[in-house]
Amino acid sequence: MNTTAPVIEAKGLNLVFQTADGPVQALKDVDLAINRGEFVSFIGPSGCGKTTFLRCIAALEHPTGGSLTVNGMTPDEARRRRAYGYVFQAAGLYPWRTIAGNVRLPLEIMGFDRAEQEARVERVLDLVDLKGFGKKFPWQLSGGMQQRASIARALAFDADILLMDEPFGALDEIVRDRLNEELLKLWARTGKTIGFVTHSIPEAVYLSTKIVVMSPRPGRITDIIDSPLPKERPLDIRDSRAFIEVAHRVREGLRAGHSYD
Amino acid sequence: MRRLLPILTVLAAIVAVWYAAAVWMNATWVFDQAERNGQVVTWAEVIPQTMAQDRPLLPPPHQVAATLWKGVAGQAVTSKRSLVYHSFITFRGTMMGFGLGILFGVGLAISIVRFRVMEMSVMPWAIISQTVPIVALAPMILAVSFQLGIESREVPKAIISAYLSFFPVLVSMVKGLRSPDAAQLDLLRTYSASDPQTFWKLRLPASLPYFFASLKVAIAAALVGTIVGELPTGAIEGLGARMLIGSQFGEPLIMWASLVAAALLAGVLIVAVGLVERAANRRMGVRA
Repeated sequence: MNTTAPVIEAKGLNLVFQTADGPVQALKDVDLAINRGEFVSFIGPSGCGKTTFLRCIAALEHPTGGSLTVNGMTPDEARRRRAYGYVFQAAGLYPWRTIAGNVRLPLEIMGFDRAEQEARVERVLDLVDLKGFGKKFPWQLSGGMQQRASIARALAFDADILLMDEPFGALDEIVRDRLNEELLKLWARTGKTIGFVTHSIPEAVYLSTKIVVMSPRPGRITDIIDSPLPKERPLDIRDSRAFIEVAHRVREGLRAGHSYD
Repeated sequence: MRRLLPILTVLAAIVAVWYAAAVWMNATWVFDQAERNGQVVTWAEVIPQTMAQDRPLLPPPHQVAATLWKGVAGQAVTSKRSLVYHSFITFRGTMMGFGLGILFGVGLAISIVRFRVMEMSVMPWAIISQTVPIVALAPMILAVSFQLGIESREVPKAIISAYLSFFPVLVSMVKGLRSPDAAQLDLLRTYSASDPQTFWKLRLPASLPYFFASLKVAIAAALVGTIVGELPTGAIEGLGARMLIGSQFGEPLIMWASLVAAALLAGVLIVAVGLVERAANRRMGVRA
């Protein structure tokens, strides 16, 4: 596979929803290329199409115009080839399955054999720091731990791309900080390409190599920022000058989007 | 004790009201007897006489209990006068109807959730079916199954019982199979899960709490259905037949004893379903 070609490439992407109140332009002329191993955040107010764009990549929504490729394939094909794992805002663990059982779910569906399932479950639970919690049921874990389990579930089948839709949006700030730090470590260890939707400017700046600022009505990209921050990021990097400058530019981008209407 | 106390309190209240009503209703007969004999009786004389009549209007609890005890312990369990024997017949019919009702209810619910056309065509009929009084329908089901050459009374009884018990299962299962939200379905789509996989991994397990909740209603309905199925003339076995015999031959004690036996049977069945539900919940990791 050509390693320099973008993993995800959108050209002139449009998506119009037909609603009872008439058509709604959810995405308008979105152009974006995401390279292998990048950590890309999508930030913007509600209705800016950031989640919709992520869902298009995952073939959960289908664009009405333009082109979108994932690993050079259509999103549907990419899904069939297990190109990505998806993490939703709610952990969405099945309450009737143990943590290990939840992580095993995609492996069962994809037909991995028994021994392989066990080995993979063990490995990804270790990866998200949940070793020894496999036999617990979801309600026995805190919200942060549940979300880590759902990340493990998305990692279990070795997709190259991890799509995360506000995964930490429902957690308190202290837990969120810790999970952000862990996510960066995970990203460094696995080298995955990550698409990350968030409402939080500090979260986007702290995590990303590329920040995509979006604005609503119609949903479109207003700014794409390549982060100058180093790959190694301790939590206190958020007090550095470079960090504050990037955060400022994101804020400006968001404001520009708002004054549009 | 904590859980028993409220139950016993209500039981005591029922027994008290029952005794009061027995005195009041059976006293009429005592007064009539006395008047015919030209005697004047006081309440102190009347009350003992209301407690031990052969054919009381309303048998007091101890008389019913005595008849019940005689029916349970006083006969061989194979005797036609044994309430254990008749309870077993009714129990067997109930289980057949219950099983049939579950099969029918779950099967219909699955096809309704799977095929939209089933929902539009079958669901209204399922609802209408429950508005027809079962007492009116039962003799017809019996007559038709005899016409079809089905000798056994068990089959029409099971059908009548299933007719009542499938509906709560159907309604709950339709709701349960549809309970997974959009995010849970999206998750499976990201795995490219097939329809059968979505059913077995998500819809079915998600529906189980709804299923067990409906079983408690369904088992009670199955029992009522079975008893109604035993009522029409010709039935000689089962608690329903026993009640009918009691009422036709002016033996209120037999009728009441059968009634209490049916109530006890219902209690046992509901407790049994509750135990199964608890066992299932524990396996499915529900918080105790």
